[in-house]
Amino acid sequence: MPSLSGPLPDPAADAGWEQSQPRKGFFTDTSVCIGCKACEVACKEWNGVPDDGFNLLGSSYDNTGSLSASTWRHVAFIEQPRTPASNTVSLGMPSTVKPGEAMNPDSATDFRWLMSSDVCKHCTHAGCLDVCPTGSLFRTEFGTVVVQDDICNGCGYCVPACPFGVIDRRIGEQGQKNVGIAQKCTLCYDRLGAGMTPACAQACPTESIQFGDLDELRERAAARVESLHAQGVDTARLYGESPDDGVGGSGAFFLLLDQPEVYGLPPDPVVPTRDLPQMWRHAALAAAGLLAGAVAAFLGGRG
Amino acid sequence: MTEQLRAEGRVDQPVQPSDGSRAERRKRGGRRRRDEHQMVPDATFTSYYGRPVVKASPWEADIPAYLFLGGLAAGSSLLGAGAALTDRPALRRAGRISALSAISLSFAALVHDLGRPSRFVNMLRVVKPTSPMSVGTWILTGYGPLAGIAGAAELLTPLTGRLPGPVRPPIRLLGRLAGPAGLGAAVVAPAVASYTAVLLTHTSTPTWSAARKHLPFVFVGSAAAASGGLGMLLAPVSETGPARRLAVGGALLELGATHAMESSMGITAEPLHTGTGGGLLRASKALTAFGAVGSLLAGRSRVAAAVSGAALVAGSACTRFGIFEAGQASARDPKYTVVPQRERIERGESAGA
Repeated sequence: MPSLSGPLPDPAADAGWEQSQPRKGFFTDTSVCIGCKACEVACKEWNGVPDDGFNLLGSSYDNTGSLSASTWRHVAFIEQPRTPASNTVSLGMPSTVKPGEAMNPDSATDFRWLMSSDVCKHCTHAGCLDVCPTGSLFRTEFGTVVVQDDICNGCGYCVPACPFGVIDRRIGEQGQKNVGIAQKCTLCYDRLGAGMTPACAQACPTESIQFGDLDELRERAAARVESLHAQGVDTARLYGESPDDGVGGSGAFFLLLDQPEVYGLPPDPVVPTRDLPQMWRHAALAAAGLLAGAVAAFLGGRG
Repeated sequence: MTEQLRAEGRVDQPVQPSDGSRAERRKRGGRRRRDEHQMVPDATFTSYYGRPVVKASPWEADIPAYLFLGGLAAGSSLLGAGAALTDRPALRRAGRISALSAISLSFAALVHDLGRPSRFVNMLRVVKPTSPMSVGTWILTGYGPLAGIAGAAELLTPLTGRLPGPVRPPIRLLGRLAGPAGLGAAVVAPAVASYTAVLLTHTSTPTWSAARKHLPFVFVGSAAAASGGLGMLLAPVSETGPARRLAVGGALLELGATHAMESSMGITAEPLHTGTGGGLLRASKALTAFGAVGSLLAGRSRVAAAVSGAALVAGSACTRFGIFEAGQASARDPKYTVVPQRERIERGESAGA
C-alpha cells in the first residue's frame, strides 16, 4: 500500500518506479518576478495549449485569471497600497523616466507590486492522482504528476480533489484538442525525458522560475530566504517547500513576500486522501447500519 | 486605472484584510437578510480579487441525480429481497423493478456526465482504493447485473405466456435466477448507498470535505427514506409495513445525521443554509419530516401512504441536490477555503504550507 500522506523521500519509488530519477521541480522566486508573462507564453507555445479567452478582467495586469485546463502558468499581479514591511524590494512603477532617475528612497511611493507565476505544485501526495479512476493521472519517474490525455475520460473528479484548484476539464467545441479532458502542467514531461529544461523556466528572463533537482532547489531557496531576511525583507517566506505540510511538500514551491492567500494560494492545503481511511470506515459503518435497518424493518412489527 | 475600477465596484481590494466579507455582501446586492442558522460571525480573510482558491467540480445535475437514484436503487433492492424472503409478492416486484429502473438511469447519468462518454470503459482499467469513483465503479459492476437479473425477471415473467416458444426457456431461467440475484443485489446494495458520500467528501470542496464524518449516514438515511417511500407509493398497504418502517427509520437517521453534521462544520456549514443549496435542504427537511409523520399516521389509507411516500422520495432528491449545490457554492467562495485553514494554523493544529 503506497503512503497516503506525510513526508515521503521518493514519490516515484513509492509509485513503483524501480529506476526512478532524482525528483525534479520548480523553485519560483517571486521576489524577482517582473510580471513579463514569458512563462505563460512559452508554456502555451511548447505544449500547444489553446487560448482561454481574451478578456479584460480588471485585476491589474492579470487578464488570465487563474490556472485552468488551458492555463498552466498564471502570473498573478497584486497591487498593495501600503508596504507592510519597511525594506521590501522596490520594483518601481512603469514610467517614461529613465530607470534609476526617479528611484531614490525619498521619492519611493507607498505602493508595491507583487507578481508571482503560479503553476501545478506536483505534490508529494497528489489529490488529483489519488482520485483518478482511470489511471490517466500518473506519477512519472521524475516524481511529477502527469495526465495521459489518451486515457482520461473526463470524469472531472480530479478538479474538486486538488487542494490548490490547479487542474480543470477543458471547455471548448467538440473536436478541438483535448476538449472534455482534464489538463494541467506536465512539468514539460517530454522535455525532461530529453534532458531539457521546462519551457517556462527556459523563458524566464530573471530566473524567477528555477528548474532542477528538488533537493538542490530546496537548498537554493533556503539560502535565498536567508539573504532576503539579511537585507531586511522580513516577509520573505517559502511556500510548499516543507515535506511536513498537508501534501507532503510540493515539487513546485515558491518564495512569497506576503501571506499565501494574498496570491490566491491556500494557507494550509491538505490532500483529501489523508482522511480517506476514516471516510471509508464511516461509510462501512453506515452501510452496515442500512443493512441492519432493512433486516429490522422486516423482522420487527406487524403488516 | 485600478482606483477607478475599484470605485466602480469591479475590483476587490486584494490585500486589505477583511475584504472578503465585504465582497460577499456586495455580491448579494441589497439583500442583507441574515440567515438565522448562521452561528459563525463574519470572518475576515484575504483573497486574490475574491477569486476561488479551489475549483468547483465540473459536474452538473447528472451527479446529484446519480446520487439520488443510486440510493433509491440500493434501498429498493433491500426491500425487494426482504419481500421475496417474507412472501410479499407486490412489494418484491415493486422493489426489484424500482431497483432496475433507478440503477439504469443512474448509470446513464454517470456516463452522460463524462467529458468523453465513449471512454467510460477506461474506468475498468484499474482498481484503486484511493479513488471512490473507481471503488464505486466496481461496486456498481457487481451490483448492476444482479439488480438487473432480478428486475428483468419481474418484468418478463408475467409475459411468458404471450411470448413465442423459443424465448420462454431463457425467461424461465431468468425467473429461477431472480431469487439468488436479488439477494446478491441486496448484499451489495448498502455499499451502493453509502460510497457516494465518500465520493463527495474525498475532495477539497470545503463543505463536502467538512461533512466527512456524517455524510455517509445522511446518505444511507436518505436512501432508506426514498426507497421505503417508493415502496409505499407502489405496493398495497397490506404488504408495505417493512417499507414504512424502513422509510421512517431512514428519515429519522437522515434528519438526525444532518443536524449533527451541520453543528460540527463551523463556517463551512453556511452554504447548507444559504442560496440554492440552502433552499433545497430546507425543502428536503420539510418533505422528509412530513413524509415520516405521514407514514406513521397513514394507517390503512393507500392514498395517505402514497402521498407520504412521494414526499419522502422528493425529500431525498432535495437532499442530494442540496448537498451538491452547497458544496459547489463553498468551492466558488474563497472564504470557505481560507478561513478554516487559517483557523487550523491559529489553533496550532497545523504549521501551514
